Amino acid sequence: MVAGIATAAVLALALTACAGDAGAPAAGGADAATATSLDSFGTLADLEAAATAEGALNVIALPRDWANYGAVLDAFSAKYPDIKITEQSPDVSSAEEIQAAKTNAGLDTAPDVFDLGLTVALANTKQFAAYKVATWADIPDALKESSGLFVGDYGGYMSIGYDSSKYDAPAALKDLLGTDYKGAVAINGDPTQAGAAFAAVGLATVQNKGTLDDFQAGIDFFSELNAAGNMLKVDVTTATVASGETPVVFDWDYLNAAHKADNKNWKVVILPGTGYAGYYNQAINKDAPHPAAARLWQEFLYSDEGQNLWLAGGARPVRADAMAEAGTIDETLFAALPDSPSDTVVPTEKQSTAAGELLGKNWATAVN
Amino acid sequence: MSSLTATAVGAGHTGQPPRRVPPTPSTRRLRADLLGLLPFAAYLLFFLAVPTILAVGSGFFDSAGGLTLDNITALADPLIVATFGNSIGLSLLTAVIGALLGALLCYALLGFRADGAVRATVAALSGVLAQFGGIMLAFAFVATIGLQGLITVWLRDSWGIDIFAEGAWIYGLPGLVLPYIYFQVPLMVITFLPALTALKATWVEATLTLGGTRAAFWRRVALPVLAPSFLASFLLLFANAFSSYATAAALASQGSQIVPLQIRAALTSETVLGRENLAGALALGMIVVMGLVMWAYAVVQGRAARWQK
Repeated sequence: MVAGIATAAVLALALTACAGDAGAPAAGGADAATATSLDSFGTLADLEAAATAEGALNVIALPRDWANYGAVLDAFSAKYPDIKITEQSPDVSSAEEIQAAKTNAGLDTAPDVFDLGLTVALANTKQFAAYKVATWADIPDALKESSGLFVGDYGGYMSIGYDSSKYDAPAALKDLLGTDYKGAVAINGDPTQAGAAFAAVGLATVQNKGTLDDFQAGIDFFSELNAAGNMLKVDVTTATVASGETPVVFDWDYLNAAHKADNKNWKVVILPGTGYAGYYNQAINKDAPHPAAARLWQEFLYSDEGQNLWLAGGARPVRADAMAEAGTIDETLFAALPDSPSDTVVPTEKQSTAAGELLGKNWATAVN
Repeated sequence: MSSLTATAVGAGHTGQPPRRVPPTPSTRRLRADLLGLLPFAAYLLFFLAVPTILAVGSGFFDSAGGLTLDNITALADPLIVATFGNSIGLSLLTAVIGALLGALLCYALLGFRADGAVRATVAALSGVLAQFGGIMLAFAFVATIGLQGLITVWLRDSWGIDIFAEGAWIYGLPGLVLPYIYFQVPLMVITFLPALTALKATWVEATLTLGGTRAAFWRRVALPVLAPSFLASFLLLFANAFSSYATAAALASQGSQIVPLQIRAALTSETVLGRENLAGALALGMIVVMGLVMWAYAVVQGRAARWQK
């Protein structure tokens, strides 16, 4: 299942894997800040000891209802009770994570680790410390920066979630333009700002006879949606879904799946035809105030336990295929994921940049 | 009327000012004065001047730190111009509506005793409601006239009226007008009521004694006297709406139609990168508009002050 996304994502990284310059060789000792793999510490137990000695971990921009992050944070705390996690600004954007690292550089409060969309990750490799987790070999090459500056972790497909008690399942993108969906369709954020919303336009583009080289087809679709009076411009939150304020929502499938907890009629469809996939990436702040804890956090996220927690949140873990082979994946959860589309696309950095510029120019007027 | 004006103006200009004893301040006394001002000066410097200079200054640099005018010229971009247009239009509209409604409310309040319970209650409520903006207000509106709001559902189910038949305008630019008026009217009451109460009963008597009518009093005395205060309050309302951010941010998620939302987009976007410095240029644009408003406010206030002694 992951393979489909991975193949498509090869292009994304192959064209842009320019970031290998920061792969400083690790000191053989226990200097956590320059350690590039578990070997620098010795064993996992040594890393755990070093991290426990630091006693703290700063994470940023991890909403507890996003991809099961609440459970991930709790599981880490339960496993390492002596490492105190500080959850900073859960709702800020990827770009703000980097700003927080720059503004707080040298302070104890700087974030230790980042969770980033690909565009921001590619643009900020200078801010990352290269580190390869113990399970590095399991991660498809297409989804990791070759020196370990940032690594894909969990992902999914752009999907449409809807309240099945009020609306029929959309079978195709253009169904949403019909009068049935009057004032009902929202996207999670503004595409000129939020990655998930950007992906919604990407999906609309490829479903509306366009290609990722030119997002105009997607912008046109939302412009039509707006003209039809079907587009909702309110920010989607768990609360708006629970109250019925946003009954039809474009979002990542794992985020849409999470809404089932608030609304039992909530269903998720991935449109047939070309699918749009995206992975979020993990990276370590090169100025991390708790470098060992940061690395332990990554080891945890890419362990079987961490990867299965993504699955529990409806996201596709990056090691899924290798884990399925090794029999360590949670089979029930893995089988419960919605079917992936026949064809999958992921934009390259160049396509992303061009799309961003186009959106900056045309989005506001298209949906006004 | 003319005699009234002459007296009032003359008091300031031609009347003999009270003889002042030339002060002989010791330098020690002067220093103590300055010392007393120091906390406020420091406050202004660190929380107003420095952040403003840093924010606006950033507009003149590119992301690599080199000097550039690109961000300033980007202000001429049609989208940015339209955004400023939206911001100014929204602020003007809500300031006009807020000023008129607020002034009417103030006038109605004149019918009650100055030290009575009604005025005290309205004044207290206005003080609270004028500050009831931001996310709380946005959600209050979503809960009452949002798509599933109390009033929306009641209108639809009981009367068959669908206020969102043309689309969910509440989450776009038009939807901002109502919430903005909600905090504009109370602000108008707070700022305009003192001016209105300063109208002296003796002026009416003077007009009537001189053979004028009540209408003449309003047309030729009250309105000219109140006009500067009204204008000043109106400008304050404009500034209030122009710099408003949180209400809009919570209500309208698409398109960033007003300048503060554009600034947020430039600073936090994770899809269109490298525009952080445009935020500085946008801030400069806002400061220019606000500066003009403040200047006009000061001029108008200067005139209004004469009547409020």
